[in-house]
Amino acid sequence: MAVSGMALVLACMAFIGYDWITFRNNTARNLSIQAEVIAANTASAMIFDDPESARKSLDVLRFSPNILSAGIHTTDQKAFASYFRPGTTEAPRLPDLPASQPTAHAFRSRRIIVVVPILSENRSIGTVYIESDSQALYSRLARYVGIATIVFVISLVAARLGSTVFRRSVSAPIVKLADVAKVVARDKNYTVRAPATPDMEEVATLVEAFNEMLFAIQKRDAELLAARGTLERKVEERTAELEAANKELEAFSYSVSHDLRAPLRSVDGFAQALLEDYGDKLDDFGKQNLQRVRAAASRMGMLIDDLLKLSRVTRAEMRREKSDLSAIAKSIAQSLEEAEPERKVDFKIEDGLAADGDPRLLRVALENLLRNAWKYTSRHDHARIEFGRSKENGKSIFYVRDDGAGFDPRYADRLFGAFQRLHGVSEFPGTGIGLATVQRIIRRHGGEVWAEAEVEKGATFYFSV
Amino acid sequence: MRGELLVQQQIILLVEDNPDDEALTLRALKKNNITNEVVVVRDGAEALDYFFATGAFAGRDTSELPQVTLLDLKLPKVDGLEVLRRLRADERTKLAPIVILTSSNEEQDRLKGYGLGANSYVRKPVDFDQFITAVRQLGLYWLLLNERPPVLERAL
Repeated sequence: MAVSGMALVLACMAFIGYDWITFRNNTARNLSIQAEVIAANTASAMIFDDPESARKSLDVLRFSPNILSAGIHTTDQKAFASYFRPGTTEAPRLPDLPASQPTAHAFRSRRIIVVVPILSENRSIGTVYIESDSQALYSRLARYVGIATIVFVISLVAARLGSTVFRRSVSAPIVKLADVAKVVARDKNYTVRAPATPDMEEVATLVEAFNEMLFAIQKRDAELLAARGTLERKVEERTAELEAANKELEAFSYSVSHDLRAPLRSVDGFAQALLEDYGDKLDDFGKQNLQRVRAAASRMGMLIDDLLKLSRVTRAEMRREKSDLSAIAKSIAQSLEEAEPERKVDFKIEDGLAADGDPRLLRVALENLLRNAWKYTSRHDHARIEFGRSKENGKSIFYVRDDGAGFDPRYADRLFGAFQRLHGVSEFPGTGIGLATVQRIIRRHGGEVWAEAEVEKGATFYFSV
Repeated sequence: MRGELLVQQQIILLVEDNPDDEALTLRALKKNNITNEVVVVRDGAEALDYFFATGAFAGRDTSELPQVTLLDLKLPKVDGLEVLRRLRADERTKLAPIVILTSSNEEQDRLKGYGLGANSYVRKPVDFDQFITAVRQLGLYWLLLNERPPVLERAL
């Protein structure tokens, strides 16, 4: 408001100022013309030295109420004839009139003075001056200022009215919109709405769009919540299913543990009883058959035990803690040596090897690997078993290496299968479950296990945890 | 030597439902020259009957506890762990030496067995020779080396 008001004021001032100057100049020119007319009329009076006639000519100026005084001067500046408006007594000081100029004027406060030469045969024989007041000028100025003021006031009022209307129909709703937006952003409350205004179409559209947006957000929020609820329910269902499956597995293992072993015991026991009680009635072949019965029962018992061990590994709950692998390996090595002290085996176990994982399961894995190394070097007089770590791409890879029987790398893909073996039972005892167990344990830790070997040149088993 | 008022018969109580296992256990005991009287009961209810002198064993002197009880876990009617619990809950039988002799060595069984107060937990091996050895060791220990708990004198 202030800005437009100031602009208006400046514009008015400029206009009035320009008009002032123009009007003043026009007034001066009019006076000049009047003076020239008088000059022409009094030229002969000057020549014939008739001041009375000249005075009569000047008297005409009586009819111009603005003219204060007028006069004719001779070439030597002496007053020849004068006219004074009633009330005026003095003649003014006149501006200089240079020879070549047709007229001269001066603007004094409240006075305009013009001077023109009296010419006869192009020669100046005197001057005429007219002095006028600026009454017309000032009253015009006053009038214009008055008009400008009125216009100014009216436009101020109109602008005020206009702005109020504008504010009500445009800015107020927009401000309210901004407030609502602030509330939404601060409280994340999407249930508020901006108040609808019927006034202006564009603003109403904006408010509508804003409210629709809030509604869309609210709906999406509700959908997300519902989806999360569904997801959580699904997770619960899945967890329940898994738990049920686990329970079934436990029950199965329990049953295997009890019920499969009992008949085996009977088979073995009574075969032995037969051998003992009726051995003398059997020939060697018969006795051999009974021995094979016993051996088979025994082997099945081992298989059942190994299977149970494998299932325990899967069922066991995983703990994650820093496990000292070096210490575990050393204790396993020690128990191997104590069990068969006659064997000459060099254990080279790196110090300070540790990993993040379940220490019980890692122990089982290391036991299997070291026991294998122990077993498959049993044919050699002197054996060397290493447990160490190498770094590849910043990851730690642990390895168990032996210089024993090794295996044919062509069959390496069967190494980790359950009950798969690359050697016969007569060569080395075992059920083929050890490496399957190791793989299951390592995989549960998110790692991998693999092996390299050559026949009779030893084997190296690598694993990452 | 012992200065006991009552002469205690060293009875072995065998709680076993499987007739094969029963036969093999008796055979193993015989092989080890263990000649103590062996009382065989074939389910949990019978075992409790023996201890509390009820049912088929009514009239038995309940202060006579077996020297050792070989208790299988999977039994019909009342299972092994329940028998154990009841025996340990009763003043008359809570000191009786009980050895769990069973096929399973599942951790939960061992946990429950020891938790309910079994004195020992032995897994029956499949191999009969090993079974014989186990029985010999059990016999040597519980019948010869282990001192039985004192007998509760009967209120007259």
